[in-house]
Amino acid sequence: MASWFGHVEPAPKDPILGVTEAFLADPSPDKVNVGVGAYRDDNGQPVVLECVREAERRIAGSMNMEYLPMGGSVKMIDESLKLAYGEDSDFIKDKRIAAVQALSGTGACRLFADFQKRFLPDTQIYIPTPTWANHHNIWRDAHVPQRTFTYYHPESRGLDFSGLMDDIKNAPDGSFFLLHACAHNPTGVDPSEEQWREISHQFKVKKHFPFFDMAYQGFASGDPERDAKAIHIFLEDGHQVGCAQSYAKNLGLYGQRAGCLSVLCDDEMQAVAVKSQLQQLARPMYSNPPLHGALIVSTILSDPELKTLWLKEVKGMADRIIGMRKALKENLEELGSPLSWEHITNQIGMFCYSGMTPEQVDRLTKEFHIYMTRNGRISMAGVTTGNVAYLANAIHEVTKSN
Amino acid sequence: MASASVRAAQAQPQPKDPSADRRLSTLVRHLLPSSPRRTSAEAADTSATLESFPTMASQQGSSVFATLAQAPEDPILGVTVAYNKDPSPVKVNLGVGAYRTEEGKPLVLNVVRRAEQMLINNPSRVKEYLPITGLAEFNKLSAKLIFGADSPAIQENRVATVQCLSGTGSLRVGGEFLARHYHERTIYIPQPTWGNHPKVFTLSGLTVRSYRYYDPATRGLDFKGLLEDLSSAPLASIVLLHACAHNPTGVDPTIDQWEQIRQLMRSKSLLPFFDSAYQGFASGSLDKDAQSVRMFVADGGELLMAQSYAKNMGLYGERVGALSIVCGSADVAVKVESQLKLVIRPMYSNPPLHGASIVATILKDSEMFNEWTLELKAMADRIISMRQQLFDALKSRGTPGDWSHIIKQIGMFTFTGLNSEQVAFMRQEYHIYMTSDGRISMAGLSMRTVPHLADAIHAAVTQLK
Repeated sequence: MASWFGHVEPAPKDPILGVTEAFLADPSPDKVNVGVGAYRDDNGQPVVLECVREAERRIAGSMNMEYLPMGGSVKMIDESLKLAYGEDSDFIKDKRIAAVQALSGTGACRLFADFQKRFLPDTQIYIPTPTWANHHNIWRDAHVPQRTFTYYHPESRGLDFSGLMDDIKNAPDGSFFLLHACAHNPTGVDPSEEQWREISHQFKVKKHFPFFDMAYQGFASGDPERDAKAIHIFLEDGHQVGCAQSYAKNLGLYGQRAGCLSVLCDDEMQAVAVKSQLQQLARPMYSNPPLHGALIVSTILSDPELKTLWLKEVKGMADRIIGMRKALKENLEELGSPLSWEHITNQIGMFCYSGMTPEQVDRLTKEFHIYMTRNGRISMAGVTTGNVAYLANAIHEVTKSN
Repeated sequence: MASASVRAAQAQPQPKDPSADRRLSTLVRHLLPSSPRRTSAEAADTSATLESFPTMASQQGSSVFATLAQAPEDPILGVTVAYNKDPSPVKVNLGVGAYRTEEGKPLVLNVVRRAEQMLINNPSRVKEYLPITGLAEFNKLSAKLIFGADSPAIQENRVATVQCLSGTGSLRVGGEFLARHYHERTIYIPQPTWGNHPKVFTLSGLTVRSYRYYDPATRGLDFKGLLEDLSSAPLASIVLLHACAHNPTGVDPTIDQWEQIRQLMRSKSLLPFFDSAYQGFASGSLDKDAQSVRMFVADGGELLMAQSYAKNMGLYGERVGALSIVCGSADVAVKVESQLKLVIRPMYSNPPLHGASIVATILKDSEMFNEWTLELKAMADRIISMRQQLFDALKSRGTPGDWSHIIKQIGMFTFTGLNSEQVAFMRQEYHIYMTSDGRISMAGLSMRTVPHLADAIHAAVTQLK
């Protein structure tokens, strides 16, 4: 049958989500999924937080399902700003933050990219190397030109700080930079507090615009306040930041697509204007954001008891991951690996940039049924006391001749 | 304080095209004393020091968005804002496009509450990311719902369906897909249409043109004008069609007229893009409201279909919808689906779980499906009854004019034919709120308020021309 779309090419599979698809199709009983970044408990099972279950019980049956405003749930936005900017933030008191509910971190980044295109069409975005692959897609689809800046140092599997600072200095004044607030994805490599201060200082000199993608607040160190430290350093230094927040991991709300985009403005009037324009970008994309995730977030964060429970649960998740990092490193050392695996415990958050090559990763998949993205990124959330030895052994096998 | 030129920029009415924004903000930037943007040549010999840069966040004018103007209030939502402010006990809100009960309350369907409870009570249910294309079960069931379970397109695997954020999201994803993969970049939309349609398609990267649709003289379909405009559209242009219950007019083609539209479109290879926001909600029958769509699918041709569950399942805020593309072959459908993922991933990665889970729960259970059809029919019947009551009330008042369009039009909205002065008069004197184009939401009426509305219309029509 004739088709107007016969010429359409099959699209390449998404590198990250494609991993889980392949994992699910594998019949081997030994298979391990350290691909997609979704938390697993020590039994390798997905987790719905208790605070979320309780929030859902409270919500069900009592709410109507009317449209949210274009900018989303006011209550959810208020709680999100407190979380990111601080409970007692003057910026919140002075109503200087333009904020809208967004479709998780992706949606927040996309709205900002579209906003950047519309109102600052001559700007580009500097994206760290490497970064979450979808960042490139987001700014590309928003038609904002991209550049990259140095970030990861392969030799040390840490931060290439001097390369980073050089790129900041060499970028034209007033450039827009995408920064991972904590738990850099995919490397797990974060600047130290000292380094963040230097970066912030240089940003002031260059008048750069810092846009923070914060997808792991609370999930990285176990302490949400600590994980927002970089943003606070920049705020103290007088930067007017943009911030994308996601509740996918820290509240385990993945599929609910709950997030927030905020932009710190000069004053309340400007914040009102900016928010109105963000809404104008959301309207022709999805009209208004989904209700359910917003209700869960605002129910939990506004109730002291539920919030305390959440803090306990998010710390539990972070601690388990930190424990698995330690276990993986120790296992590799015990196996007598010739390589250094310090970076496993130096890095933070869900991901570990192992340093393995795509070929080594392919071997892990073919020979050991271990699934991860080909850049060597291991999702530590997929590591358990049950599979850490198997994983360490497999990694050792494919890397021992390095 | 912002300079006079910046205030002036902010006071200007919002330009309709982004290039005007750009010219405006470029102009204003040149007038500002300091700008964060420099060319690379300037940056090379900049002597910016720490002292010369504002270090306190409270310093005025340091934002890169300082020149940005506030967007105008949404005309439809603005009606509700004004209504809420009005203290009058007799006020009536006929602006909102959401169903209201006889008591004027929002409604969550019983079957939806049941589905929600089932989901909550299932502890093994997991809330992980959906695939980019959404909940597979939901997609299959949605395609069956609109195209019919026995649809040849479905049997032949020629339908690519992706879950999207309600009707808006489905339209946007479809628009973006067409802008990238279809060789014609123009879409024809009916005059008038839902206010958000032009923006959705423009931002998708398509050029928007319109075709005649509503005839103010008859308050019905300008069928001749419609056929003429579609005949003169370039071959293969995209055409937006409201599957039923046209928004905002409530005017739908008859089945015969649909057949003529279909023949004309296929003869010119015009690509149909259906917007189905009211299936089951218009006539009370899911199958009847899908007739226009199924007619096009039956001829074996291709089309796009944006489906919304906002009204017919009352899931408004959960943003549940689906985009289906009926393709010429199963191979093409597979490739099309893969490309739809590339549109979705950089927009929001994957769609929201909750609403789609509710829909799937209901659609796959025959008892719940039946309960849904009954509740849906009750909503549609209440609206049809409001139409009849309003018509009867105007007739009994001897209100001048032909008001039969009120019972001929279908769906949530009626295009009354009232002009903006009459609308303003009714707001002023009778506290009746509607959009200035004379559109009323029948869902906002009740037996109690029909007489008041009829009085208001009568007064407006007899006192103002």
